Amino acid sequence: MTDHEITLTVNGTDHELSVEPRTLLVHALRDELGYTGTNVGCETTTCGACTVHMDGEAVKSCTVLAVQADGERIETVEGLESGDDYHPIQEGFREEHGLQCGYCTPGMMMTATDLLRENPDPSREEIREGLEGNLCRCTGYQNIVNAVENAAAELDEPVADGGEVRWPGGEGE
Amino acid sequence: MIPDGFDYHEPETTAEAIELLEEHGDAETELLAGGHSLLPAMKSGLSSPDVLIDIGGIEELTGVTADGGTLTIGAMTSYSDVLDAEAAREHAPALTAAVEQVGDRQVRNRGTVGGNVAHADPASDLPGAVLVSDATMVVQGPDGERDVPAEEFYLGMYATDIGPDELLTRVEVPSAAGAVGTYVKRASPSSGYAMVGVAALLSVEDGAAETVRVGASGVMDRGVRLEGVEDALAGGSVDEETIEAAAARAGEGLDTALMMDDLRASGEFRAQLLEVYTERALAEANADLAAPAAD
Ligand SMILES: Cc1cc2nc3c(=O)[nH]c(=O)nc-3n(C[C@H](O)[C@H](O)[C@H](O)COP(=O)(O)OP(=O)(O)OC[C@H]3O[C@@H](n4cnc5c(N)ncnc54)[C@H](O)[C@@H]3O)c2cc1C
Ligand code: FES
Ligand code: FES
Repeated sequence: MTDHEITLTVNGTDHELSVEPRTLLVHALRDELGYTGTNVGCETTTCGACTVHMDGEAVKSCTVLAVQADGERIETVEGLESGDDYHPIQEGFREEHGLQCGYCTPGMMMTATDLLRENPDPSREEIREGLEGNLCRCTGYQNIVNAVENAAAELDEPVADGGEVRWPGGEGE
Repeated sequence: MIPDGFDYHEPETTAEAIELLEEHGDAETELLAGGHSLLPAMKSGLSSPDVLIDIGGIEELTGVTADGGTLTIGAMTSYSDVLDAEAAREHAPALTAAVEQVGDRQVRNRGTVGGNVAHADPASDLPGAVLVSDATMVVQGPDGERDVPAEEFYLGMYATDIGPDELLTRVEVPSAAGAVGTYVKRASPSSGYAMVGVAALLSVEDGAAETVRVGASGVMDRGVRLEGVEDALAGGSVDEETIEAAAARAGEGLDTALMMDDLRASGEFRAQLLEVYTERALAEANADLAAPAAD
C-alpha cells in the first residue's frame, strides 16, 4: 500500500503531492491542497456537491481516486472567477437567487459550465437533464434553472470589454 | 466512506495488464475502469480488493471506430465519448440510445462501456441493448484474443464469461446503419437504474418490417431478447395496432417466477412494465422512421 507521487494541475497551478492509492480526489483537493470550495455531501456519487472538472469534463470527485487524476487538469469552483470578476454562471446564481444555503452551489456551477460549454443555448428541459446528477435540498430547482438560463444568455452576448468568454481553465470554445 | 487500502498498478498496455492479472492471481484483484460501480462498492465496504489494476491509461482500449461494416467501441471508452461519436449514432443506434440514458452527466463522463458490460449488473442499461445490437465482446488473456457473442457473454447477475486473467478489450457491433434505434426505460426513482429498459432496432422496407430486434434490461438476471415481439412484427406492417399486438407478447418465454424481484419492483410489476415499455420503444422507433428526428 505504498504512497504514490502525483501531479495535479488545479485551476492552472501545478501541485505535487504524495497520496495513498485509496485517497479520493475530493479529499486530496480539500485536505491536502486546501481547495475547500468543493463540498462533500453524500459521498455516494448521488448529490454532485463534489463536482469538479477533470480534463475539461464534470466529474464527481468523491468517486475518482486521486491517483486516477495524476497528471490531469482539474478545475474547481475557485477557478471560476477571474480577478474581481465573477463568471457569468456565478452572476446567474446571484441574480436569480439560485442558492439558499449554498452547499450544492459549487457542484451545480461546475456541472452547469460543463453543460453550457457543450450546449450554449440549452432549453429548460435540457438544463434539468444536465443537472440531473446534482441535488439541492433547499433552494428548489426553479431558481437554479433560471440561474443557468441567465448565464447562458450572458455567455451568448458579445463580451462588452472585448475580452473572451471565460471558461474554467481559461479555454474558449 | 474511504476504501480499504490496496496496491495500485497502472499498466500502459493490455499485455501488461494481463501480466499483472496473472502475477496477482492469488490476491483479490480488480480491474479499475471508470470506477463508477467499483469505487462506490469499495467505499461502502462491499468490495475490498487487495490489488487494483487501473486500465484507464491504456490508450489502445479507448475510442470509437467504424470500419468495413463493423463499429468498434474500445472497452475504456466513456459513455460521453460514445455520445460524441457520430459513427456510434449511425452504426449502433440502439446501443447509443441506451448509453444516452445511463446515470447522469457526471456518471457518463467517467463510466465506460467496457466497465458496464463487464460488471453485468442486471439493472444497468446496456445488457439488452448489446443483445439487440448483436454485439461481440472481444476478450483478451494470456493465450490471446477470443470473440464472445453477447448471447453467450452474460452468465447471470454480475457474472460474465471473462476469465480471471482476462480482460474485455472492445465491443464490436455490426453496422445497423439505416435502422432506427431506441431505448426507453422506467428508471428507479432513487437510483436511476433500469427497473425495465427496452431497446429496439427497427427498419422498414416497402411497408414491411425488415430489421426487428427487441431486447430488455432489468427484467431477468441478464439482458434478454424479446423473441415473441420480434416474430410478431417480422415481415409485416408496422403500425399502432401491430405494435400493440407485438408488445403483448413481450413476456413470452420469460419465466415470471425468475424475474427480478426486489424493493424497487416486484416481478409481476416488471412483467407489466415490460409490455408497456416495449410498446413505447417500438412506437418511438416507428415515429422516428416516419420522421427522422432532427437530432
Ligand atoms: C450515481 C450512479 C448512477 C448510475 N446509473 C446507472 C444507470 O442508470 N444505468 C447504468 O447502466 N449504469 C449506471 N451506473 C453504473 C455506471 O454505468 C458504471 O460506470 C458501470 O456500471 C461500470 O463501468 P465503469 O467503467 O465505471 O467500471 P468500474 O466500476 O471501474 O468496473 C466495474 C467492474 O467491471 C470490471 N471491469 C471494468 N472494465 C473491465 C474490462 N475492460 N475487462 C474486464 N473487467 C472489467 C471491474 O473490475 C469491476 O469489477 C451508475 C453509477 C453511479 C455511480
Ligand atoms: S459527495 Fe460526491 S456525489 Fe455527493
Ligand atoms: S442551496 Fe442549499 S442545498 Fe442547494
